[in-house]
Amino acid sequence: MSAAFRPVAVSLAAAGVLAAVAVASLMVGQVMLSPGEVLTGLGSIGSGSMESRIVVDLRLPRVLAAILGGAALGLAGLMMQTLFQNPLADAWSLGLMAGGQLGAALVIVAGAVVGPGFLMILTGFAGLGVVAGSALGMLAVALAMSAMARRVGAVTLLVLGLMLGFLAQGLISVLLHFTNRSQGRIFAAWNDATFANVTWSDFAALAPLLGLGLIGCVILAKPLTALLLGDVYAESLGVNVPRFRRLVLGATILLAAPVTAFCGPVAFVGLIVPHLARGLAGSARIGVLIPATALIGAALTLSADLVVHLPWEQHFLHLNAILALIGAPLVILLLLRARSLRGGES
Amino acid sequence: MFAIDNLQIGYGRRVLSTLSQVTVERGEFICLLGRNGQGKSTLLRTFAGFIRPVAGEVRLDGRPVREWPAAERARKVAVVLTDRPQVGALRVWELVEMGRQPYTGWTGALSAEDRAIAAEALAQVEGEHLRDRFVDSLSDGERQRVMIARALAQQPQVMLLDEITAFLDLPSRVTITSTLRKVAHETGVSIILSSHDLELSLNAADRIWLLPGEGRFIDGAPEDVALSGAIGEAFDQSNLVFSLSSGRFETRASPRGVAFVDAAGPAGLWLGRALERLGYRLAESAPQADFVIKRLHEGYEWNGLFHPTIGSLARALTQR
Repeated sequence: MSAAFRPVAVSLAAAGVLAAVAVASLMVGQVMLSPGEVLTGLGSIGSGSMESRIVVDLRLPRVLAAILGGAALGLAGLMMQTLFQNPLADAWSLGLMAGGQLGAALVIVAGAVVGPGFLMILTGFAGLGVVAGSALGMLAVALAMSAMARRVGAVTLLVLGLMLGFLAQGLISVLLHFTNRSQGRIFAAWNDATFANVTWSDFAALAPLLGLGLIGCVILAKPLTALLLGDVYAESLGVNVPRFRRLVLGATILLAAPVTAFCGPVAFVGLIVPHLARGLAGSARIGVLIPATALIGAALTLSADLVVHLPWEQHFLHLNAILALIGAPLVILLLLRARSLRGGES
Repeated sequence: MFAIDNLQIGYGRRVLSTLSQVTVERGEFICLLGRNGQGKSTLLRTFAGFIRPVAGEVRLDGRPVREWPAAERARKVAVVLTDRPQVGALRVWELVEMGRQPYTGWTGALSAEDRAIAAEALAQVEGEHLRDRFVDSLSDGERQRVMIARALAQQPQVMLLDEITAFLDLPSRVTITSTLRKVAHETGVSIILSSHDLELSLNAADRIWLLPGEGRFIDGAPEDVALSGAIGEAFDQSNLVFSLSSGRFETRASPRGVAFVDAAGPAGLWLGRALERLGYRLAESAPQADFVIKRLHEGYEWNGLFHPTIGSLARALTQR
């Protein structure tokens, strides 16, 4: 029965790594803190001491955002790969993030037209407008892709997602051409994908949405497992497939859109983490994969974030660059090993 | 169980076939035959409740099959399909236990009884040794066997199987077909299997459903269906006909001649097959024939010449 315990062991190991990286993330930065200083900082919230300001005000929100974001994007990827029956499906590869980017750019440009008052809201970075714009953009693409998924094959769908991405990038470029520099900077700052700009007040929106998405994911785990065999088998196992597809799409958006809205388009996490979880846990059952995927996603994302925030001389490293260095080789390996694009070998 | 009355199957308004009165009894092994496009899959999908009939209803325990809640229907009807789902990292036991989903709560947690039923289902298809393998490492035949086990774990009253032997080699087809027959008779589940394997189906089925074309539907014991000539009507082509005397397909051509085989037992049977393959008709007695082939102690005699094998005789006959 080792096969039954392996997923638990994987989840525990990922949780251990996550805890270690989280502690390291609180210690490491331009100012290096000892574990004792981190504890002092955590213990003296609101005291205004240097440790407290660095740990509680600067690092902890970033660490929590990376943990929540990594877990949410991993789970969103797991659901999308199952929903689209495509091992390379995720919010990024299917163009959802491109839709989010376009939505954000549109809001920023609209702000320029409406007037500086609107822009004031945006300067708070990840202001409500950008958040709403990107979330709506993702939702629109998600609906379009799920409508098309019925008619085209797995590879075509990925190419469509890619083309949608190019289209969005082109439109964004043109849009930004007509805006001024400060708006361009607002977009660029959002588009660079970082967890460092998430503040404590953002969690009031981020946490409930992600919580709902997670609950949805857990509730849908049983029918998602049935969907591994395809629509017809799922229906024969008692799943009301059309209604269930809408629910999965809703839960996916709840998980992926808030993260993208507040932290920018974080690439590769949704794509690779479900495969890591499947491969390590040696199982495809969604219920088993949910904890493993969430914990591995959080650990991986936080590790990449830690690399970005090491005390470099110059601060030019981007989160997506680090994730691409880990993710792209994994995806290539995956493509070479996959016997067919319908099945996720790992 | 299943009962229908003037059912028209098809897509949209297009009627593929009309079934007047059919009931399915417990433990029957039914083979559904017909050429491509005559509605075999449509019939099975209509029975499964996946698609709406053009007219009439498929009744499952007295209630139209489409009106059963999906989860309850899943406890009565299970399906196995032609296509082979490619799922990475899924083990055989996990796949078979998926069959218990209609019986579990929202978490999908299995009881000890559920696990025992799944294990029993795997045993029924003689797949216990596959239990811990990954599904995508199985051969096509093994995969279809565990898909059958998954359907059996649903403990259905009826199993609908759509051309599940299409990708398999002959030994696997024979194994699967006989497994299904055994399962139907031992567990009482009714099995409807659509198949291209005419001869195999005629040998194994309790009952044949035939879709000969032109919207007709024929239902009967294999032998009755064969004797009625319906199989020939359904499958005969210009150069291939179903022979009622041999139960096989034979090439149709004007005979090259009439031969009499003077031999008994298996040698006579296979000699006759060789002659038919070469285009000769077999005569009942020597006077009716153009020539006679005689079985000798260690060979065959034709036209006063000795041939050690049927092959050498055949070569001589083709040069005749």
